[in-house]
Amino acid sequence: MITLQGKSVYEAIAIAPLHLLKHTNTSVEKVQVSDVNSELEAFHVAQNLAMRQLDELYHKALETVGEESAAIFEIHKMMLEDMDYVESIERIIQAEKCNAVYAVFQTGESFAEIFASMDDEYMQGRAADVKDISKRLIACLSGAGKDTNCAEGKYILLTDDLAPSETMQMDKKRVAGFVTCAGSANSHTAILARTLGIPAVVNTGELVGDECEGKLVIIDGHNGLVYIEPTSDLLEKYSAQLRSEVAERTALNQLKGELSVTKNGQHVNVYANIGNTADLDKVFENDAEGIGLFRSEFIYLESDDYPTEEKQFAIYKQVAEALGKKKVIIRTLDIGADKQAAYFNLPEEDNPALGYRAIRICLTRKELFKTQLRAICRASAYGKLAIMFPMIISTQEITECKNTLAEVMQELKAENIAFDENIEIGIMVETPAAALMTMELGKIVDFFSIGTNDLTQYTLAIDRQNQSLEKFFDAHHPAVLKLIEMTVQNAHANNIWAGICGELGADLSLTEAFVAMGIDELSVAPSSVLPLRAKIRSL
Amino acid sequence: MKKFTYRVTDPVGIHARPAGLLVKEAAKFSSKVTITKGAKSVDLKRLFGVMALGVKQGDEITITCDGADETEAASSIEAFLKANL
Repeated sequence: MITLQGKSVYEAIAIAPLHLLKHTNTSVEKVQVSDVNSELEAFHVAQNLAMRQLDELYHKALETVGEESAAIFEIHKMMLEDMDYVESIERIIQAEKCNAVYAVFQTGESFAEIFASMDDEYMQGRAADVKDISKRLIACLSGAGKDTNCAEGKYILLTDDLAPSETMQMDKKRVAGFVTCAGSANSHTAILARTLGIPAVVNTGELVGDECEGKLVIIDGHNGLVYIEPTSDLLEKYSAQLRSEVAERTALNQLKGELSVTKNGQHVNVYANIGNTADLDKVFENDAEGIGLFRSEFIYLESDDYPTEEKQFAIYKQVAEALGKKKVIIRTLDIGADKQAAYFNLPEEDNPALGYRAIRICLTRKELFKTQLRAICRASAYGKLAIMFPMIISTQEITECKNTLAEVMQELKAENIAFDENIEIGIMVETPAAALMTMELGKIVDFFSIGTNDLTQYTLAIDRQNQSLEKFFDAHHPAVLKLIEMTVQNAHANNIWAGICGELGADLSLTEAFVAMGIDELSVAPSSVLPLRAKIRSL
Repeated sequence: MKKFTYRVTDPVGIHARPAGLLVKEAAKFSSKVTITKGAKSVDLKRLFGVMALGVKQGDEITITCDGADETEAASSIEAFLKANL
């Protein structure tokens, strides 16, 4: 048995024989030709053929993954027709009296180089597109690139790397999963795999030898593991898991488009928590009814310096537009404690969980706070946004937050910039102080969202990262449940709504209790949305 | 010759897809159309050149149309920019 470890891009199990796909060597030989015209002719025929292939791919993608993902093939067509690109190939054939394959390869490399050296991450990514179309042309020129023949039935594809076009070309009915030695979990190919729902593991390192062709493979997409020629014990274990996953998935998929409503008609909004824009695909794939927690701190953690208003605006706008009429709750900067960004220069603390973090940073560094609020307000014109403040312990803090927000809105008005004046304003209830004060706090906000992870840690005085405290820790401690119930009751007494965005929200053994308390919203990881909806509908 | 300037407001600038559409728009006309950012000018009918300009939000670009249908070209490209970028 050979075991490979990589990164999972789609969490599911696949079991099938292996099919190795080896890419033809990309180093292309330069050959002197006497008949330049026949090389030019060959290039134009290949260009035509490639255009037709891309046309087909575009339409196939349009039907299966939607316009946004399909657009990549339209861009490839435009690149393939571009005069700069075409002329460069023709020029090389004529000037160097060489084969078309070499001219295409050279052009692809030098154009890719131009993009790779641009100072814009998006444009750098386009280098891969130029290489992809050049590869396609070379395949058309040499009559290669067709799927090698392999046995009938389903197979698991193992290859060095896959271009987006190859992912799209795979016969979905036959490819049970794929494994690539290179590639990142955020590549275009990985995103397509997720959208198509193909179990996949990327970045496993070395390619296996030819002798593995046709051998049985298991992909464990939950753990990023691949087993070639598994032991019978493993095979039995995964076969059982695969059967139950398929049955479960089929049942859950039928719940897409349905409401999360109990048998006696009580409706709970089942929203998704996201950490960045790459998670949006999962939000749609799992049919979440909105986004209950958008952790804006990722924008700060992934930057080397304070992210500008424009950068934040572009991201919030993208999410607002993607969700349309559905609600998106953006939590303002929640940094500090275990989440550190070097450029903040936060001092070392003896007790960081109880230290300088989240709203405490925002309320002492107003310019930082205002930049984020401006970006959120501006994006609110493009969808249905709500703002949520973290780590609140008092009414004064909320008043201060609201005053800052009012200042920002005044400024935007003076500048004639559109925003949603009725944007909902809420708080995280994640400190015992906030939970105990919900009757008062409920008078000045529009909603509560209970952050059960911190609320549990602060209520029980137990650090959840500390494994030696495990025997004292009780995720269902009655003190926490009492605080949750109190928060919901006090929200309703003030005619506002209350939800849960911490891990307890996805705990199906508590769903019945939460519904009985009258919880209005549960925001969970995208993959938990459909199981939670199934649970609510069974109550 | 017709000439106008435009400030790009789209947060991601002229990225691949709008660049492609812009090139298609320019290709509808027989006039020579160029796009200028700073000291660099490229043919607006060529996708790679336009993408390699790397026009970002807030950048000012100048479009120059020269030829038989320059008036129509300038007004239709200006309308396209306003609607999409």
